[in-house]
Amino acid sequence: MTGVLPVTLVEATKVVQALLYSGKEYMCVMKLHADASEKRVNEVLKEFEDIIYQRPPLRASVKRQLRTRRIYYLDFLEIDGRNVLFKVGCEGGTYIRKLCYDVGEVLGCGAHMQELRRTRAGPFVEDGSVTLHDVAYWFMEWEKNNDEKLLRKFVQPMENALALIPKIHIRDSAVDAICYGARLTAPGVLSLETGIAKGSIIAILTLKGEAAALGRAVVDSDEIMRLEHGVVAGVERVLMPRGTYPRCWKRGERNND
Amino acid sequence: MPRTVAPWETERKLLVKAEDRTNPKYGHKPEERPAEECMRYGVVNLDKPAGPTSHEVAAWTKRILKLQAVGHGGTLET
Repeated sequence: MTGVLPVTLVEATKVVQALLYSGKEYMCVMKLHADASEKRVNEVLKEFEDIIYQRPPLRASVKRQLRTRRIYYLDFLEIDGRNVLFKVGCEGGTYIRKLCYDVGEVLGCGAHMQELRRTRAGPFVEDGSVTLHDVAYWFMEWEKNNDEKLLRKFVQPMENALALIPKIHIRDSAVDAICYGARLTAPGVLSLETGIAKGSIIAILTLKGEAAALGRAVVDSDEIMRLEHGVVAGVERVLMPRGTYPRCWKRGERNND
Repeated sequence: MPRTVAPWETERKLLVKAEDRTNPKYGHKPEERPAEECMRYGVVNLDKPAGPTSHEVAAWTKRILKLQAVGHGGTLET
């Protein structure tokens, strides 16, 4: 299998959790075990464009319990003999191999996954991806010339991994407390995106766009806008080192809102 | 039945609650991080070759870049 694989470097590994929620897209060649009409294949593929049930395979290092996964879209592209090419957008953790097997079962003739290429992992797409060769080459060039622009040929800021997560921008004075894991209160909020639901994961950013932490909203977007004080989100994963921004809170001080 | 919206198809608007400025003395805009920080807080959008496992590819990246630790965002099984 080939395709988009975001590799997180050192501290950036903390954002992996956010990537798991952001969904994936694949191009897949499915091999049918008997001939089937394009019409029928199309019909069956459309049936899977919904919530599906899967149990992870033996080879996966994850608990083998039956779980639901969402297929955002399943687009039939072309059929050539018994080879079917389709594009699928799905939730992270969806086994396309099992999907092909199940499509084969519904078709009646059986099928297996012949080839798979990931075209999207969260916000990362094929356009702009680099090969291991590119990485080795540009890193070597950077070691020779010491020009940071060369590093940026293959490294992106970890904030790019959070592009699909709803964001909240906070004041400079609220940043350091967040880096200690303190809960985010209404006065610290400067701006936020729509579509934040109660309990959903959010990215807490500074005005410069740096990710301070991954958090979880305790109220929705409209409520965050409305509230004058009180907790709007808890911190799940601190991303910024303490002391990057000046401390504007006292030891022993609690949220007394 | 209308199909579910994928995370990359979700449109969001910005709601501004208050205005303030940020002090240029602290922190960096992500695109302006100095070299070492750029690496330590960076992600590589890698096009994985066929053959090695995702874990192996991540390990090779770690070795090429001489880093202590790396992770990856979702196994692409061989």
